Amino acid sequence: MSLLKSLAIMLGREPVKPKTCEYSEAACALHESKRANKRTREDNAAVQHAIHESAKVHKWRNRRWATLIAVNLLFVLSYQFDVQLIEGALTASRVIGFHFADLNSALQVMLAFKTVLINLVIGTSTVLAMWWLLGGRSFCSWVCPYHLLAEWAEKLHLLLVSKGIVKDHALDRRLRTVLYVVFALLALASGYTVYETISPTGIVSRALIYGPTAALAIVAVLLAFEVFYSRRMWCRYMCPIGITYAVVGAVSPLRVVYRPLDCHHEGACRKVCLVPHVLDCTKKGFATDVHVGIGADCTRCGLCIDICPTGALKYEVKGLDKLL
Amino acid sequence: MIPSPREQEARRRFLRSALLGGGVVAAAMAGWLPVLRAHALRLRPPGALEEDEFLASCIKCGQCVQVCPVEAIKLGDIGEGFGVGVPHIDARVQACDFSCDAVQCILACPTGALTHTLSKKEEVRMGVARLDKPEICLARQGAGFKGVARAKGIHRYAEIDRWNPIPIADHPYDLELCDLCVRECPIEGAIQLVPMSDDPADKRRTPQVNQACVGCGMCEMICPTEPAAIVIDARKQWRAA
Repeated sequence: MSLLKSLAIMLGREPVKPKTCEYSEAACALHESKRANKRTREDNAAVQHAIHESAKVHKWRNRRWATLIAVNLLFVLSYQFDVQLIEGALTASRVIGFHFADLNSALQVMLAFKTVLINLVIGTSTVLAMWWLLGGRSFCSWVCPYHLLAEWAEKLHLLLVSKGIVKDHALDRRLRTVLYVVFALLALASGYTVYETISPTGIVSRALIYGPTAALAIVAVLLAFEVFYSRRMWCRYMCPIGITYAVVGAVSPLRVVYRPLDCHHEGACRKVCLVPHVLDCTKKGFATDVHVGIGADCTRCGLCIDICPTGALKYEVKGLDKLL
Repeated sequence: MIPSPREQEARRRFLRSALLGGGVVAAAMAGWLPVLRAHALRLRPPGALEEDEFLASCIKCGQCVQVCPVEAIKLGDIGEGFGVGVPHIDARVQACDFSCDAVQCILACPTGALTHTLSKKEEVRMGVARLDKPEICLARQGAGFKGVARAKGIHRYAEIDRWNPIPIADHPYDLELCDLCVRECPIEGAIQLVPMSDDPADKRRTPQVNQACVGCGMCEMICPTEPAAIVIDARKQWRAA
């Protein structure tokens, strides 16, 4: 998938089936052979069984939750015990003395303040380089404390949906792009970091480190919407931080790849995914190659890797397999 | 013509996206109200830029909170609107007494919201002290002070421990004439007691704030009257009386 297309889908365009000319020869041959070999009923039963089994696998989710909790705990403990390992909060910090600044918070400050200090340049560049290496939106799923709360809210939401108590109301994905532009313009025009006022990432991070605040009410309202109204509303359709990191992730070497060879195309991965539009290539006949990098919006959370019964989805560091 | 169910769903989706998106922007913009309506400015940490610039440049990380040895700095809550996560000091509860010696909060600030152009406590301008309730000031009554000045709050007494602040409650006083605001002021020449009459037998003195005052709030914290006789006018700049 081209970089531009990946970015366009991240910004809200709906993915469509690729044109004939976009497929590689190997992909065409693979799709052809899959079409020729129809699956039997026994095959299908075996696939269903395999999905049932792989649904119990939480390898990457557990690693991710442990990482997320550990990172946030480091902030908290570093302050509580005054060990000065990580000072500050997720909006900006100093890690063993080095400046780190969240890309979105730094952007809000630069737009509102219209002056950029060298420390902020250093902090922003460090974080930019770090998340370029680590996959961009991996910030969301591996570090952002709101993400974890939202995952738990999502579990509750899905439970209520399965019982027929609530219904998921999808929103237009272009909303996030609109909000991103609106918040950038508001910062520029008003001279205040307007977005930071409601940023659940900042609010939760500060509440963890400096103690609970009334601002957590905003987080509670968002979570209530996600439980009762719209699945993963904030992270999926609204959060501007997601866009900032997705742009970085678009060119990141660390990514999830899809290899359609063993794939049954049953779609279990798309059902667990926060951003299922990036997994459009897993639909039968949609993969343009036999080795497809997943798009910019992917948070590298690994839920699809855990659920995939055939190992068709995997983490990859681009170019590293060639080196090794 | 009746729109198809697909079109209807698309329309509804657009509508609820617009409404919820509008709600998010409105909620964030509501943060402007407390800023506009702020009748009294907050006392900000040393080196804070002018208020609007300060709110714009602060990245709301709290690194200044973490380095302050007397934990004077607190972060604003949602009631402060755009000021959520922005540091302030409630001097009566815990003032900045420059225990850190070298304005650590300024050094910690990653964005320059606490301006790095300052390096000495004498250059700080947080506000100016003002004798708010002269009628209860002990010195103006010629009265002494004995006992614990404040139940809460900590302060570095150089003569007791050069490096660590101790609770004010652990340091009782026995003063013939109350001069706590002058005695504990960390800035030389910022405040002094002046006689109230030409009569040498008249013990009464009045605190006089001088131009050197940086508005740190130490006098407001240590003042043993309730409420404090002397307070800081946050953000005020010196004007000769």
